[in-house]
Amino acid sequence: MEEVKTSKQMLGELLDKHYSDALEAKKNGQLVAWATSISPQELLTTMGIHTVYPENHAAAIGARKCAPEFISHSKGNGYSVDICSYARVNLAYMELLHSEAGDIPKPDLIFCCNNICNTVIKWYENIAKELNIPMIVFDLPFNHEYEVSKQDVRYIKGQFLEAIQKLEEITGRKFDYDKFGEVMKISSETSVWWKKAAMKAMTKPSPLNGFDLFNYMATIVCMRGTTEGMDLFKLWYEQLCEKEAKGLGPWKPGEEEKYRVMWDGIACWPYLGPTYKTLRKYGINMVTSTYPDSWYIVYEQNDLDGMARAYSSNYVNRNLDFGVDNITKLVKDYQLDGIVYHSNRSCKLMDFRQFEVQRRVEANTGVPSVIFDGDQTDPSAFSLAQFETRIQALVEMMEKRKQMAGEK
Amino acid sequence: MYLGVDIGSSSSKAVILNQDAKKIGEAILNIGTGSNGPQEVIGQALFQAGLQREAIRRTVVTGYGRMTFTSADRQITEISCHAKGVHFVMPNARTVIDIGGQDAKVICLDQSGNVGNFIMNEKCAAGTGRFLEVMARVLNCKLEDLSGLADRGDNGVTISSTCTVFAESEVISQLSMGQRIEDVALGAHCSIAQRIVGLCNRVNIVPEVVITGGVALNRNAVHCISEELKLPISRPDDPQGMGALGAALYALEFDKER
Repeated sequence: MEEVKTSKQMLGELLDKHYSDALEAKKNGQLVAWATSISPQELLTTMGIHTVYPENHAAAIGARKCAPEFISHSKGNGYSVDICSYARVNLAYMELLHSEAGDIPKPDLIFCCNNICNTVIKWYENIAKELNIPMIVFDLPFNHEYEVSKQDVRYIKGQFLEAIQKLEEITGRKFDYDKFGEVMKISSETSVWWKKAAMKAMTKPSPLNGFDLFNYMATIVCMRGTTEGMDLFKLWYEQLCEKEAKGLGPWKPGEEEKYRVMWDGIACWPYLGPTYKTLRKYGINMVTSTYPDSWYIVYEQNDLDGMARAYSSNYVNRNLDFGVDNITKLVKDYQLDGIVYHSNRSCKLMDFRQFEVQRRVEANTGVPSVIFDGDQTDPSAFSLAQFETRIQALVEMMEKRKQMAGEK
Repeated sequence: MYLGVDIGSSSSKAVILNQDAKKIGEAILNIGTGSNGPQEVIGQALFQAGLQREAIRRTVVTGYGRMTFTSADRQITEISCHAKGVHFVMPNARTVIDIGGQDAKVICLDQSGNVGNFIMNEKCAAGTGRFLEVMARVLNCKLEDLSGLADRGDNGVTISSTCTVFAESEVISQLSMGQRIEDVALGAHCSIAQRIVGLCNRVNIVPEVVITGGVALNRNAVHCISEELKLPISRPDDPQGMGALGAALYALEFDKER
């Protein structure tokens, strides 16, 4: 198990470095950007602008149980409980600028891409206005058709080119297109390794404990355009292959992976430990989620059309039919026994179609599922007892199906 | 003998079965988890059956308080137990609406009584027994008299708040505007019915529909839900005891498996 520790260690070290580098850069007068989690960071990385990700930071604050202080501060500023809790945490952080969960420097530039939701537009716009700093917006229209349309690809590509101009104006430096090509290549490759590692969970039993996806996600968000990030995912992949070759499961030797489920939606960060332990207690491994594909942003080097299409193809930016097909495929590919849907108070976009996705996926696959109430960072929207009742009921349904399948 | 215990948020239920699955003891107490209700209710059921504790071969516990009741052989969720109990007494049931003190759930059963799917209320107490308890308090009547009060209402007053706490303020304001107490009571029942049918609409409701849980004792609420659902709703003789019955049936089943 020594090797697993190394991969986890590397993850911790990289994240520490990511944050300390950004703080150091700020101290030295270099530009710092705040960016949304699935934004075209290639442009910022090419320009050498240090970038931090408020959603990631808010998740870390939530996981360390530090969110209430920020949520309460935002409430005092007039932000309603109905607004995304990442936004409420971050808008408070912008003023308080310190958390025991770790610090990020104040931004000089806002980089906002609405392929993940539309709340980010107003949230990041508020930051830009309050701090009086420039904001670069990428408007990636929701794909009402199954695939990204040609005119949307043109529209998005135009925005990439305009952003390059703006970055040149802001920094007073020329954009290095050769370096851009390299960053594009690295970013795509990092995405490939991230997905390859996540796909190791297809093996039964899975060598991957799916909650690790929640941990490693921090690096795929923050370091997708770096060779360090790519090396980490390669190492993680190799270690999972070794575990797989030895026939090892997700947990301690002898601890059986009885059920394989998918987790739909964001983690319940303030209850990451309790939700994980509850699933593990019943022998449930969360083998996959919609996360592996979210950062699978792959395109050919120097192909701006491909890059536009890749950024617009994030599953929350695609239509209901795609959402259903996507999960239906995961059920088959990962040999799932059940699905856990997180009805996340913060994320109206994901909740909006959740009941219908659940209904259609069940019709397609016959796999049982449960929905539980929670929130990504606000601890007040979750009840552990209610979560466990739903999980236990899911276990009883999965067990019954296994029995019935065995009797046939 | 086989004991099933259902420890809810506001009541405790116990059922004892003999080896032929015949009910020989049963008790219900209106105090739930965190109280001495579970122990007392078991004592009463044993007394009724004329048994000592040692006569119990297997015990299964269910309900909100199941995790803290450590002397059972197994604990099973109230979803599976309600399904089991209802299927036993009403084998044609395909949909169970269970409304307890803090949970409301709709359970879809197959022909063999297996749970096909279920949905539960959100974290808040809207559409649960707690809502009616709060309404009874505001209307200054006993919980058991609330149904009769609503029966005398002509036009239910609309209560639009989903949140139980807001609904309480809304009711107070309706009363202060001179609305008849009977109409407000009827409105409260219509409100819970709408909430429950909203939940039902998320699954494919197949008759026969059976209602269980404490709220099933309120005839006006059952009537309002049936009207709103546009389907007849059956009620077992002992709607509150279905979870405990299901638990006792599981206890009997496990003993046979051994």
